[in-house]
Amino acid sequence: MPRVKVKRQSTVTDMTAMCDVAFLLLTFFILTAKFKPDDPLPIDIPASTVQIKVPENNLATLSIVKGRVLFGMSDDDVRGATLDKMGKQYNISFTPEEKKRFSGIDAFGVPIKDLKAFIAANGEERKKMIPGVPVDSTNNELNQWLLQARYATKELHNKDMRVTLKGDNKEEYPTVKKVIETLQDQKINKFSMITSLRVVK
Amino acid sequence: MAELDTSGGGGKKGKKVRSKKQSTRVDLTAMVDLAFLLITFFMLTTSLQKPQAMDLAMPDKDKNNKDAELAVKESRTMTVVLGSNNKLEWYLGLLDKPLEGPTVTDYARDGIRKVLIEKNKAVLAQGGAKNNGLFVIIKPSDKSNYKNFVDILDEMKIVNIQSYGVSNDIFKPEIDLLKKDNLY
Repeated sequence: MPRVKVKRQSTVTDMTAMCDVAFLLLTFFILTAKFKPDDPLPIDIPASTVQIKVPENNLATLSIVKGRVLFGMSDDDVRGATLDKMGKQYNISFTPEEKKRFSGIDAFGVPIKDLKAFIAANGEERKKMIPGVPVDSTNNELNQWLLQARYATKELHNKDMRVTLKGDNKEEYPTVKKVIETLQDQKINKFSMITSLRVVK
Repeated sequence: MAELDTSGGGGKKGKKVRSKKQSTRVDLTAMVDLAFLLITFFMLTTSLQKPQAMDLAMPDKDKNNKDAELAVKESRTMTVVLGSNNKLEWYLGLLDKPLEGPTVTDYARDGIRKVLIEKNKAVLAQGGAKNNGLFVIIKPSDKSNYKNFVDILDEMKIVNIQSYGVSNDIFKPEIDLLKKDNLY
């Protein structure tokens, strides 16, 4: 008598559909992902319990780290326009090429006289050029940058520029004080501080 | 698949040599694995990378507008002086004759938060309709750091103190006080 054989089921499944969905999702996430810009200096931001997100546009970020101040603008067109205005202010002319390159820079921390060299440098060299934007009472370039960026934002987008502070945990207060006073001089009395979300213990 | 047919010619003469049909099935397991790994990565990075913004309103620093200063009852006023070593000092009322304190404490849950909650409750209990709770003046000294500053502002949000202000002009007696307690 022949034995009744149970037919072996195949373990191979058709994964085409799954693969399709996976890649669709992958594409979606890649396209929507917005990476945080690479900070020239690593900043360890403090934690807080607030849960208001930072807006993405019309924003100026003042990074404070190791006693130095870095200035960054969120929109490319505003960066270009601000550079133009700063050039006029300090009698430095920037070529269209320099303007274009500057539009791609997230944040910088050089005095205006060294800005040309900074723009010409490549990514790795730039990381070494961060003496900070001067904020002393005698030579307050940050004040000018802020003012021109605010003008540029208003002209291009017809919106008020928001100012955010991004400070390092270990940053000593005097530097923060100088920056806050610069803001207050321009009557920017309301600004935000970038924090990470505190993990509830 | 990629093998040579070595089974020798000969044998079946006259029959057409048929090429073996290749299967169109490809093993997709590895690809799907990779795709899901990447999806997980992008999902996590996009949702977690968004930083938070803590709003801060500073008082108007108009030099011509001195008389806009607000008079607050001293029993309602608490001054918090931020010192070094992640410590702070608080007192109620005026420094010359404080109603309470000055006391050294820290930023932990049992530190300043407890004090703030207690005092805020006490002020709310004794006050009338016009009373808006405790008024806190934050004075960061030059020896405090940015984290302390954000921490104390965060405490204000946690304890829900409506009126508080940051003052950048710290007085000499307050610095002396910090020095006395080795916080400066």
